[in-house]
Amino acid sequence: MASAVGSGAAVPFWRAAGMTYISYSNICANMVRNCLKEPFKSEALTREKVHFSISKWDNGVPQKPSNPLSLSIVDLFFNLFLSIRLVAKKNCEEKEEELKHKFIIA
Amino acid sequence: MLRQATRLLARPAIASSSSFAARARSFSTDLPTAPAEDSTFIDAWKKIIPNIDPPATPLTFMQPRPQTPSSIPSKLTVNFVLPYASELSAKEVDMVIIPATTGQMGVLPGHVATIAELKPGVMSVHEGNDVTKYFISSGFAVIHANSFADIIAIEAVPIDQIDPSLVQKGLADFTQKLSSASTDLEKAEAQIGVDVHSALNSALTG
Repeated sequence: MASAVGSGAAVPFWRAAGMTYISYSNICANMVRNCLKEPFKSEALTREKVHFSISKWDNGVPQKPSNPLSLSIVDLFFNLFLSIRLVAKKNCEEKEEELKHKFIIA
Repeated sequence: MLRQATRLLARPAIASSSSFAARARSFSTDLPTAPAEDSTFIDAWKKIIPNIDPPATPLTFMQPRPQTPSSIPSKLTVNFVLPYASELSAKEVDMVIIPATTGQMGVLPGHVATIAELKPGVMSVHEGNDVTKYFISSGFAVIHANSFADIIAIEAVPIDQIDPSLVQKGLADFTQKLSSASTDLEKAEAQIGVDVHSALNSALTG
């Protein structure tokens, strides 16, 4: 991402910190939703929920999926985004191969 | 590093044939309207199978791209969409002021084709004497040469749905987080919080 600086474009501060535009945009939207007045706020918060379940694959076989979770997008980005990055990096170091364990988000 | 290779290799080729007339591709808005049917296919079909109608192709179902009119139209057609709703759909207005990252940008009919990234701010739609204002969280505005504007945002709320006390509280929280943040990501998050809440504040007061 920092290679954009090589072509002369100014990199926005969130991209320099490793965030993608989609995460930035979703975070902005969440902050706006949290500042709404009451009846609008509860409708808006239902829009923010993301339903997903994660199953880890090992040697081509899916393991038991973790509990299907329902998190708001903010929790998703700050817990999962960071934890997936950390776990993927750790796996690369252990196995010396690119991403032998794949996370499939169903 | 090698991602830049195609760009660097292409650059000398473009520099050597540098006039616009020599460009292989024109902007999509300068092209003539694409024909809705492929006439060679239809002729060939009719020769072989005259009794059955030729099948419809995806192109026939699409509405043709509107031509850039030769004179500037009097109204701007705005499509304002959100992921969960279509706020304005082909609405004819006089002017739209959008909160682009480079500042508030006024879009009038006949505006040059532009793609603008939007920052959190107020968008106002002017139609005659009515002005409708929305607070947009972030998004993009694509303005076409034929005076059509597509504005997309993730959240857009009328200003009276914003709660001032929550905005002040959020601003105070994030300013405090900004001073106490340690990692890059936390700092970015806090900075985004400060930006969004100050934009909300100025929307409420301005």
